[in-house]
Amino acid sequence: MLLRAAPYGVLILLLLPLGGGLLGTLLPAFGYLPALGGDALDLAPWRMLWAWPGLAKSLGLSLWTGAAATLLSFLLAQFALAMLVASPWLRRLTLLTAPIIAIPHAAIAVGLVFLLSPSGWIMRLISPGLSGFARPPDWLIIADPWGLSLILGLVIKELPYLLFMSLAALSQLPAERSLMVARSLGHTRLSAWFRAILPQLYPHLRLPLMAVLAFSLSVVDMALILGPNTPPTLAVQVLRWFSDPELDFRFLASAGAVLLTLVMLASLAFWLLVEGLARRLGAGFLTWGPHRPRAWGRWLERASALPTWGAMGLGMTALIPLAVWSLARRWRFPDALPSRWSLARWQDQASALGEAWGHTLILAGLSCGLSLVLVLASLEKEARFGRRLPLRGTELLKYLPLIVPQTSFLFGFQVLALSFGISDTSLGRWGLVVWGHLLYVLPYSFIALTLAYQRFDPRLVQTAQSLGQGPWRIFWRIKLPLLSPAIWAALGIGVAVSVTQYLPTLLLGGGRIETLASETVGRSAGGDRRVLAVFALCQALLPFAALVLAGVIPRLQFWNRKGVWA
Amino acid sequence: MSELKVSIERLSLGDQLLVQDLEFSVQGGQALSLMGPSGSGKSSILAFIAGFLDPAFRVRGAVWLDGQDISAKAPEQRHMSLLFQDPLLFAHMSVGQNLRFGMPRELSRKAKSQRVGAALEGAELEGFENRDPARLSGGQKARVALLRALLSEPQALLLDEPFSKLDSHLRQSFRGFVRQRAQEARLPLILVTHDQHDADAMGGACLTVGAVQS
Repeated sequence: MLLRAAPYGVLILLLLPLGGGLLGTLLPAFGYLPALGGDALDLAPWRMLWAWPGLAKSLGLSLWTGAAATLLSFLLAQFALAMLVASPWLRRLTLLTAPIIAIPHAAIAVGLVFLLSPSGWIMRLISPGLSGFARPPDWLIIADPWGLSLILGLVIKELPYLLFMSLAALSQLPAERSLMVARSLGHTRLSAWFRAILPQLYPHLRLPLMAVLAFSLSVVDMALILGPNTPPTLAVQVLRWFSDPELDFRFLASAGAVLLTLVMLASLAFWLLVEGLARRLGAGFLTWGPHRPRAWGRWLERASALPTWGAMGLGMTALIPLAVWSLARRWRFPDALPSRWSLARWQDQASALGEAWGHTLILAGLSCGLSLVLVLASLEKEARFGRRLPLRGTELLKYLPLIVPQTSFLFGFQVLALSFGISDTSLGRWGLVVWGHLLYVLPYSFIALTLAYQRFDPRLVQTAQSLGQGPWRIFWRIKLPLLSPAIWAALGIGVAVSVTQYLPTLLLGGGRIETLASETVGRSAGGDRRVLAVFALCQALLPFAALVLAGVIPRLQFWNRKGVWA
Repeated sequence: MSELKVSIERLSLGDQLLVQDLEFSVQGGQALSLMGPSGSGKSSILAFIAGFLDPAFRVRGAVWLDGQDISAKAPEQRHMSLLFQDPLLFAHMSVGQNLRFGMPRELSRKAKSQRVGAALEGAELEGFENRDPARLSGGQKARVALLRALLSEPQALLLDEPFSKLDSHLRQSFRGFVRQRAQEARLPLILVTHDQHDADAMGGACLTVGAVQS
């Protein structure tokens, strides 16, 4: 009975609060929030929003950074694929991208600050020798008014994700041979890729691209660290309004969150429109026929994978200054390395660090464990009783949290939780935060386990049945052990996802649950670089360690049963 | 009318020697069949000629087209049209777009249409320009793939078991179709197969590869 209800339970657990959160954002935006004395619908919050001096600039910044980061990540990924598919370098690139996907946005952002800012490592390496600077120049490299450093940070994180999704889709297409055919018909690699492969690949990339666009428009943690401040992007501005001690700002914040959501929907629609236009106008482009590039064209083509290598290299390099700073005692400006080293920061932060680690691990453990139970129950129900959900497409609803931006419902959900007094107790706050993490862990657990479950050879179950075993016994004794690599992978990915969650932890926990994510972002505004480095490094290494463990454990567990994991 | 000459001193994968001291040349309008068991390296020879050999292979040898060494050229500059056992039509393009895909850019739109129309007509595919390649029969797909290769004005045709997935009736007619087209265009044709009938149907010489002792 319980098993049959599992898929519905998952949907209710995900969708009900999501809907509630959206409603909780929408109502105060129109002045309705009884807890704060707003009991009639009016447009006052919108007038207030309209009159806000930096609104147009914030909005423009959000649109520009989000669109530029998405388009750039997409194009760079495609150029790199065009040049590297069917060559041994593709594998090397994917080896480089895998860790970057796992490292949280905030940790990468802090690393970039340490690397690129006027007093950053690169400047130290070339000063005073090459640059002539004895003190850091007062350039605005990080948090520049154009949001370029934010775009760079987003590209470093989103490009590997799009590469990964492209590769997953390419494995279902005859890409390598199509590329060969197109080249033997006289097309260069780039021409062959954009005319023959990309049009077949694109439909598989549409959803990931939408997710990247929605995410980039509404990102908070990275924008707090790398984005401009006066004014900030709209998402950050909304968070500021929400955290304002003046409670009336809640109405303004809700209106801002609704506006951001509308802008996002409009951008998605605009993207689809451009895509449709490109498809129509591009039909001729497909059959221009092969061309012979001139010499400079050939060089340009060969160089077209370089920006991707550069971005990935920068992403990995950004981790090094984190480690160096966390061990520095004294590091004056033009010195290439600290003049004195010490473990002092690790020692005097030990208690704060221990608490953040503890909270992070508890949240990761609870959300991953819970999500594993739910996913396994849903998949097992499906395997035994068939898939019978009320509507076609309800499958997709599970992935909704990945596409609906956090800013649009988390604020509203927190408002609801406050109104019902859930966040007054510590238990309530923890419950909310675990749910907030679950929302993002669950879809990834589904992705990681669904394929393994579907590929599970049904003849193994039939054999066990013919040997007289019942379904539960088969589940525990046959399926779970054989699926163990996929289960550990799902747990590893889940931990990595949970560790990155900043906004859900901050909002649903009322700012009272300190995790590695919240400490890293919280300490990024000024303060001691060495302390910041300690937290950022921990946040970067934890997902990494989780994924490595997830790969190693099944091999240890079944070291003498190669068939399980090979 | 062109001549394709291939010489391979040795071709190996890891420490496994696949081909040693192989040399042959094919005149335009002539055919040559490479035969051998699977894993003998016959497909690798085609890949080497077309410029697609996986870097995991080590090879010492060269390919000449009309006396000019093309071994260092990029695959797209060699004009070697490669056909596989699957037709590999681009699924997002119509039949006509597939055919135009490899035609020289210098051709006017009108000239392209004329050639496409003529090619389709000669292959009993008249009026198929706007068809969805996914909705063609196996034999039709195979013919479109061959036409696409021919319309790109190649210097040679390289066929990697192009008949093995067709049923026996289709196989016979497609063999005749390929042979006739290659002779009309005076193209050197190299066929890789493990079916003696394929080789016989193409006429021309037959080379057995493989069975090199390492």
